[in-house]
Amino acid sequence: MAVEASPPASRVDIVRALREGAIAGLIAFGLFLPLIGFKTVQNIRNEIVLETRWPLLAAFVAIIAGGRFLHSLLLAPWLERRALRPRPAAVQPAPWQTELRRWIVPFALGVVITYPMFALSLVGFQGAVKWIDNFGVQILIYVMLGWGLNIVVGLAGLLDLGYVAFYAVGAYSYALLAKNFGLSFWMLLPLAGTLAAFWGILLGFPVLRLRGDYLAIVTLAFGEIIRIVLINWVPVTNGYAGITGIPRPTFFGIPFNANEDGFAARFGLEFSPIYRTLFLYYVILALALLTAAITVRLRRLPIGRAWEALREDEIACRSLGINTTNTKLTAFAMGGMFAGFAGSFFAARQGFISPESFTFMESAVVVAMVVLGGMGSLIGVAIAAIVMIGGTEIMRELDFLKQIFGNDFEPTQYRMLLFGFAMVLIMIWRPRGLITTRDPSLVLKERKAISKSLVDEGHG
Amino acid sequence: MDVFTQQLINGITLGAIYGLIAIGYTMVFGIIGMVNFAHGDVFMVSAFIALITFLVLTTWLGIGSVFVALLIVLIVAMLLTSLVNWAIERVAYRPLRGSFRLAPLISAIGMSIFLSNFVQVAQGPRNKSIPPFFNEVIVLMADPDGYDVALSYKQIVVWVVTAVLLLAFWFVVSRTALGRAQRACEQDQRMAALLGIDVDRTISITFIIAAALAAVAGTMFLMYYGVVSFYDGFVPGVKAFTAAVLGGIGSLPGAVLGGLLIGLIETMWSAYFSTDYKDVAAFSILAITMIFLPQGILGRPDVEKV
Repeated sequence: MAVEASPPASRVDIVRALREGAIAGLIAFGLFLPLIGFKTVQNIRNEIVLETRWPLLAAFVAIIAGGRFLHSLLLAPWLERRALRPRPAAVQPAPWQTELRRWIVPFALGVVITYPMFALSLVGFQGAVKWIDNFGVQILIYVMLGWGLNIVVGLAGLLDLGYVAFYAVGAYSYALLAKNFGLSFWMLLPLAGTLAAFWGILLGFPVLRLRGDYLAIVTLAFGEIIRIVLINWVPVTNGYAGITGIPRPTFFGIPFNANEDGFAARFGLEFSPIYRTLFLYYVILALALLTAAITVRLRRLPIGRAWEALREDEIACRSLGINTTNTKLTAFAMGGMFAGFAGSFFAARQGFISPESFTFMESAVVVAMVVLGGMGSLIGVAIAAIVMIGGTEIMRELDFLKQIFGNDFEPTQYRMLLFGFAMVLIMIWRPRGLITTRDPSLVLKERKAISKSLVDEGHG
Repeated sequence: MDVFTQQLINGITLGAIYGLIAIGYTMVFGIIGMVNFAHGDVFMVSAFIALITFLVLTTWLGIGSVFVALLIVLIVAMLLTSLVNWAIERVAYRPLRGSFRLAPLISAIGMSIFLSNFVQVAQGPRNKSIPPFFNEVIVLMADPDGYDVALSYKQIVVWVVTAVLLLAFWFVVSRTALGRAQRACEQDQRMAALLGIDVDRTISITFIIAAALAAVAGTMFLMYYGVVSFYDGFVPGVKAFTAAVLGGIGSLPGAVLGGLLIGLIETMWSAYFSTDYKDVAAFSILAITMIFLPQGILGRPDVEKV
């Protein structure tokens, strides 16, 4: 009987899957008809005309209908069967996993310290500048920003959408003070950090009473206000045109140029731009590691514990006598300070800054990094930064894609599209980010990672 | 005085558009307690849908009457934008109910980035403008020195359409079973479910209504300014959110009132101070309201429960 009953059941499933696929296709058709089916283009007389893209629309609809069909035919029953199966008890991590966990940080450190050497030996002096600058320095700036924001978002749980404002404060502080008063990079670095921290407190004060989503929007508003002021306060910031000719960092007073008293001549080396790039790489590496070290240490101090408690439950925090005002303000100040460091480094490295570098999208990229990596996890944020920024840089290099999709195919324009999509997917799939385990800041006898299920419940 | 009257007219027009978007924020916040960060971009998408529909109607089908075209554009934009917002809610927000506190907001931010960049990639980054129409104006106060106070046909259309749709919307929310279900879900979702209300469906319908009103705003925006770009969702979105907060988030008349206030403040600021800092004015109002009057003008004070 049971054998005879199964074929009709599966046929019904096919009918159902077909129907669901058709409905999904119909919805996709409605969704994509205007924006994919038609393209608005300017003709020679600058009038707007429509072009049709029916094949592309058909492809979109077919992919969605087919995906939905396969989902309800194969994936959904399989998921149902899997849900019925008894769950295996939580497995203790294998010894090699604990071993791996212990070695991963020293290994990663070794890689980043020796990375310029590898680049130099593989592609030579000329080619290495690009690899160290575009990949190394660029990624490390974002790693540092991500780790700085991690204090505010990951530890204290305050979603800050205007983080780039502090980055801008750091960058403009360095640019203006170095240009107008001739102060050196090493003097201005702490000063820029202090100024950004001060701004963190200043902007933090008014938003102390706000809850999660309100706080996010107000910080976004502050970020935009600072950017608009930078654009319009032309006498000081030079508006859209930005500030050019910002003094470059020196090797403790020795400039990196081809002159006689330049770095190369003093040390008896042949002049090459690579020395400055190497110097910048190790400076930002040191700054990023400083951020990480301070974050790790702070987590063990009362203030770090207060941050994490605040993230989990503000009311409970207050009932336990934690001063939430100070806790929030210190989080803003610390996060702002690291952004200020990164900003002054950015200005020194570029030699040119303009408000274009400090848009909301920049904040969104850093927030995406913290969220995707796993809020509160330093390694997760670093991995997210490497994938997101390194991925963008690699996309620029992929020339073969142009051969597939045609010459006007520009892979980097899909960057933010992918980031946005990834943020939604990660929230659905792993709301606590890619790295879901957390290191406990307090241990009894032995160190155990806090597992995903506990982090999900909010014990991270 | 002339300038003031003219700015009053302009401000109310702009405020009507903000008010329509603000209702979307306030309704969604009321029912699921989430700031729908992507709502401004839904508005932008609706303006693009309206643009493309308008072009199809006028250049392909050759509809000569602008009124007929505008009516069809409005209906198509409302339908398709509703579909878009329904799909967004289904894909990006519904699976996150009961997830941790910031998850829906982050998902909405992701959706906002996705939508604006999707439009940028699909339609190109340049400003899209339509040929001007409805250029006639009614001169209210003629001035021999040259500054006439004028009410344009476009502004009348914006006012009439907004007023009619707000009335229809108000009727739905306050007089129908659907509106009752919505208000019930706003108060207590679990209790509403126990009494036989399909909560998921009610939330979906809320998103659909929000999108339909955003589509009205999008169509009006396109008609009024004649130009739209992929970036036009962000700043109007934040301003409309400001309007919702100013009026008292969760309160529907508050959203309209807030929209009108923000529109007026923005145009007056531009006329009497500086256009450069008009966004700063709106953003500052947002911050000031949240700090000193978090419940807004018409909102109820928020009681924090453990």
